[in-house]
Amino acid sequence: MSKIGLVLTREYTTRVRKRSFIIMTILMPALMAAMMILPTYFMTQDDTKERHIAVYDGSTMLLGQMESNQYTKYTFITKEAYDGLKDHLKDSPYYALLVIQPNLLNTNTVQLVSANNIPFDVKNQVQNKIKSIIEKEKMAAVIKETNIPDLEARIKATKTNINVNTIKLGESGEARKSSTEIGMILGYVFGFVIYMFILLYGQMVMQGVMEEKQSRIVEVIISSVKPFELMMGKIVGIALVGLTQLSIWIVLGFMIVSGARGLMPGAHHADTAQQIMAQTQANMPAEMDKMQDIIGMLGSVNFPLIIGCFIFFFIGGYLLYSSMYAAVGSAVDAQEDAQQFMMPIMLPIILAILVMMSAIKNPEGPVAFWFSIIPFTSPVVMMARIPFGVPIWQLLLSMVALIATFVGMVWGAGKIYRTGILMYGKKVSWKELGKWLTYRT
Amino acid sequence: MELFSAHEVSKSYSDFKALSDVSISVEEGSVFGLLGPNGAGKTTLIRIINQITAPDTGTLTFNGKPMKADDIYRIGYLPEERGLYKKMKVGEQALYLGMLKGLSRREAMRELKIWFEKFEIISWWDKKVMELSKGMQQKVQFICTVLHKPKLMIFDEPFSGFDPINAELLKDEILRLKREGATIIFSTHNMESVEELCDHIALINKSKKILDGPTLNIREQYKSNIFDVAYKGDFQSLEGKIGTRYAILEHTEQARNNTLKIQFSEGGNSGALIRDLVEHVEIVSFNELIPSMNDVFIKVVKQNS
Repeated sequence: MSKIGLVLTREYTTRVRKRSFIIMTILMPALMAAMMILPTYFMTQDDTKERHIAVYDGSTMLLGQMESNQYTKYTFITKEAYDGLKDHLKDSPYYALLVIQPNLLNTNTVQLVSANNIPFDVKNQVQNKIKSIIEKEKMAAVIKETNIPDLEARIKATKTNINVNTIKLGESGEARKSSTEIGMILGYVFGFVIYMFILLYGQMVMQGVMEEKQSRIVEVIISSVKPFELMMGKIVGIALVGLTQLSIWIVLGFMIVSGARGLMPGAHHADTAQQIMAQTQANMPAEMDKMQDIIGMLGSVNFPLIIGCFIFFFIGGYLLYSSMYAAVGSAVDAQEDAQQFMMPIMLPIILAILVMMSAIKNPEGPVAFWFSIIPFTSPVVMMARIPFGVPIWQLLLSMVALIATFVGMVWGAGKIYRTGILMYGKKVSWKELGKWLTYRT
Repeated sequence: MELFSAHEVSKSYSDFKALSDVSISVEEGSVFGLLGPNGAGKTTLIRIINQITAPDTGTLTFNGKPMKADDIYRIGYLPEERGLYKKMKVGEQALYLGMLKGLSRREAMRELKIWFEKFEIISWWDKKVMELSKGMQQKVQFICTVLHKPKLMIFDEPFSGFDPINAELLKDEILRLKREGATIIFSTHNMESVEELCDHIALINKSKKILDGPTLNIREQYKSNIFDVAYKGDFQSLEGKIGTRYAILEHTEQARNNTLKIQFSEGGNSGALIRDLVEHVEIVSFNELIPSMNDVFIKVVKQNS
């Protein structure tokens, strides 16, 4: 095995066997899943508490129409009972008191009084019940007035959904259906993945270099391996660790999402499922259309280009930043000293994620353009632009700039690294780092 | 036969001159002492030999040929600043270091077994380095240095961090390696160990080599005509007779024998001294005092600064 391979293997195997790596790799998707699934799970859980709600209907519009269901019982009370109840609700068997004023039609407001915090579900139920009763009544009044018996059906028929299909004209003039939403989501996800990866694993490179320097093993190692090989072995080894983690997350993520989807409906009370169905029924056709649209638009997205660019900018950005992190790690003796050098590295990458947010909204503006060409921000910002389509010359310019910069950076970092790892007990300044660049091997 | 040589090697860092025109020649099978005060340039020279840095000017030969990248596999280096990966297991780490020096996994495993058994540390194999004491770590480190049976071994301050017992063990091991034909470059401040171990020394001060030669010759060269004499007779009368011609540096009068340290000045010789002494007292023993390496070191460095 070549020496760089040996270094790389060590970096990789010692890291993926670490307990912290294994825990992180498994825990992260579990946490994500918990964050997604638990609230939905609890929301669809039946509220099995039995509640009695007293209804005082001053308008008399709803009398007898508030139907009780399994857990929530409505009891209409008289004015006298209401007067007696309103100050002693706490001691009464009622959970809440629903007060409907005579002028309900003008105010569209009712009061739900309780000594407890009223759950969202209960409030919702009351709201929907009153709303449907009143709408029905109004409708009946209008039908009576206009003498159109099938008014309801007619009005329903007038409901229309408009879809705006954004079409982007390609280079060769062919029209392509594109979607801003899809573009935004893809841009955001890819840009963010690159950002996180650079930040997390770049730091890991720095830690690794510092560990070797602090434990003083580095001199032994570089008497067998060239410093540059050691640095590159570490950078690539750690990249593979990150890719391993990323792929495990993607696989686990797919498993969890598909698992969750299978779990969601049906598993609960038929009652709730029906309720959900009823709620979504009205929007059903629109949803269906949307799904088809999304599938259609996903088909229109140039995935080979996006994935190819993602891999390129991912590797380019990571190499660029991790070599800087390696140089910093080599130059300092302790974590505290690293701070002064960390800031200038972190700034452009943080700037990149900020610019990315605006680039997603306006992928062709001058800010998006320039920051997607400048190599320090291009990996993140360009990824945000690519799903919207980027002129080929801009893409090439950005790539060339990135390649040139990371080659230069890896070279310079190698020089600093070579001097830095053997330099102890010296507070290093920027000027000093510059000097190291000119040292001969 | 010469195993390694450096010819007029110079190295500077910006405006700091670390080495200027240093030449050394290391005979195969010998122990070569590289001496010098802190900051003299020893470590720079050692790093150049290990190809960690390249000289600005000058040439290196190994085994009679100009040094090439592969020669690093035939060199074992124990740096002064040394350490191991703290969280890595001992065995795994030793394997890694062995393989970095060009051994196959199988060879490294076989050699490690032998060494671990010899040092009786097989039970450490699966321990993490951080669980070992400093001295134990040093042992592991030593094994890693010699594992690949290098032709040339370089030890930079090997005894630092060892307790006296382990230092003795290490010294024996170095002597054994030497008997088995290894060539050793040995850098230290511990002059006693230089006298004991080194066949040849070079002394570097302020980037320049100021002394070079076989250890015994050098001590011989720096002797200052001082003799240790034990005799029977009266000191007072002896001093009266020869005190003007010789410098008496020290004397003691004891029940059995009197002793004195006596020095002859320029132009004298030991034969004349003996004749002069014999005339007045009965000589029991007569030894020339050869300076210790420590004395030579201090003397030469002071002269040069």
